[in-house]
Amino acid sequence: MSSQTEIVPDSIPALNKMFRFQWEKAQDCYVLLYPEGMIQLNGPAGEILALVDGQRNVSEITALLQAKFADAGDISADIIDFLGDAHEQHWITL
Amino acid sequence: MSNTGSPCNGQPTQPNLGAVESTKTHGKPLWLLAELTYKCPLQCPYCSNPLDFADFAGELTTQEWLDVFQQGRDLGAVQLGFSGGEPLVRQDLIQLIGGAHEMGYYTNLITSGVGLNERKMAEFHQAGLDHIQVSFQASDESVNSMLSGSEKAFQQKLKMAREVKAQGYPMVLNFVTHRHNIDRIDRIIELCVELEADYVELATCQYYGWAYENVEQLLPTRAQLERAERITNEYREKLAAAGNPIKLIFVTPDYYEERPKRCMNGWGEVFLTVTPDGKALPCHSARMLPIEFPNVREMTLQQIWDDSPGFNHFRGLDWMKEPCRSCDEREKDLGGCHCQAYMLTGDAHNADPVCGKSPHHDLIVQARENAEHVVNNPEQFVYRNEKNSRIIAKG
Repeated sequence: MSSQTEIVPDSIPALNKMFRFQWEKAQDCYVLLYPEGMIQLNGPAGEILALVDGQRNVSEITALLQAKFADAGDISADIIDFLGDAHEQHWITL
Repeated sequence: MSNTGSPCNGQPTQPNLGAVESTKTHGKPLWLLAELTYKCPLQCPYCSNPLDFADFAGELTTQEWLDVFQQGRDLGAVQLGFSGGEPLVRQDLIQLIGGAHEMGYYTNLITSGVGLNERKMAEFHQAGLDHIQVSFQASDESVNSMLSGSEKAFQQKLKMAREVKAQGYPMVLNFVTHRHNIDRIDRIIELCVELEADYVELATCQYYGWAYENVEQLLPTRAQLERAERITNEYREKLAAAGNPIKLIFVTPDYYEERPKRCMNGWGEVFLTVTPDGKALPCHSARMLPIEFPNVREMTLQQIWDDSPGFNHFRGLDWMKEPCRSCDEREKDLGGCHCQAYMLTGDAHNADPVCGKSPHHDLIVQARENAEHVVNNPEQFVYRNEKNSRIIAKG
């Protein structure tokens, strides 16, 4: 659980190079591909990872999503939770 | 649960695609395994290629493969495995990698490492290869040489495994384990850690193809298997505690189960193999079955997947006989493996004899008992090579 607490607004997540992230038309969702496997991402998870590029920090990612989904209320805690999970799964590095 | 498309014995029983909980099958071939050639410099006695591989000539051309890949991609396939035989034997491999990458596949090279070098590896990377899986026969040179029929292979594999990581590829190491090497599982795991593998498949032999021919000399005893699993679990804990992200995947042989595996996660559900000569199969052992399978030279992949009698043969539950038909677990395991039923009972529609409810289960029990008494003797191995293939094919 310690990795969850490491996500702070200044953290800059990057995709673990073990994974490839792409949109799959046939699945109608974003997926993470890795050796001989695939993780289908739900809508929010895909939207967040689509902005993870090793350059933007968590505040910038949050601001972009907040602007894109203006009706969703405050989503910053959800984003941090997801990035914590993603870090624990080794999908991203910090 | 998660086995993969490894050809090196690799009955890809449960591709990771099916094992990831968030992944639902959409009834399309997510996993396309391209067996580019049956040629291989090694002679592993547990190879999953058909015994009569030497009889099949006429490999698909570069253009034919690229067409197949595009058709697969259009059907929704996302993982593409280059396998064989030894896929490096194909001189057009780089073109096939490049084409598949442009189509959006995640590309996997499943190789013995024999025939690979730094330059090729770098060129493949540039062409878009995503991952290299190197298969090992053992953790030490002498056993590896005995099993592969090659003296130099082991050092070459070590070198290539190091190079795979040096070039930044994700790496899966595949060790097919059996009674001759499973007692060295600690050394195998330590070698994988040293080589910085990302995933390690400790895959106990599945008895198809050449492995079935050699089952006596391959099947470990229950005690060997339990010990290996215990040691693997100890390493998992130790490595996780040390923060090592390496994943150890332990595949037990179904001969020690009482219920069959859900083979291929369902016949014609997620997996499609194309053989070197263009035969389309729902699993790469299926060529042995007395079922007519279509060829990509004669039908489109979409027709093959949706309409061909071969792919529809074991879909649904209507084909089942007793005890499967009335079994309350029938939707869970779908009757198990049809190839195993065919090899052991002569009828692929029978329940997989691994199942304790099968009237043929005594065959499995006998094999287990036999494993207690067999004397290890590598000289009894029937090695996978063209000469033996022709002898076996003639019967």
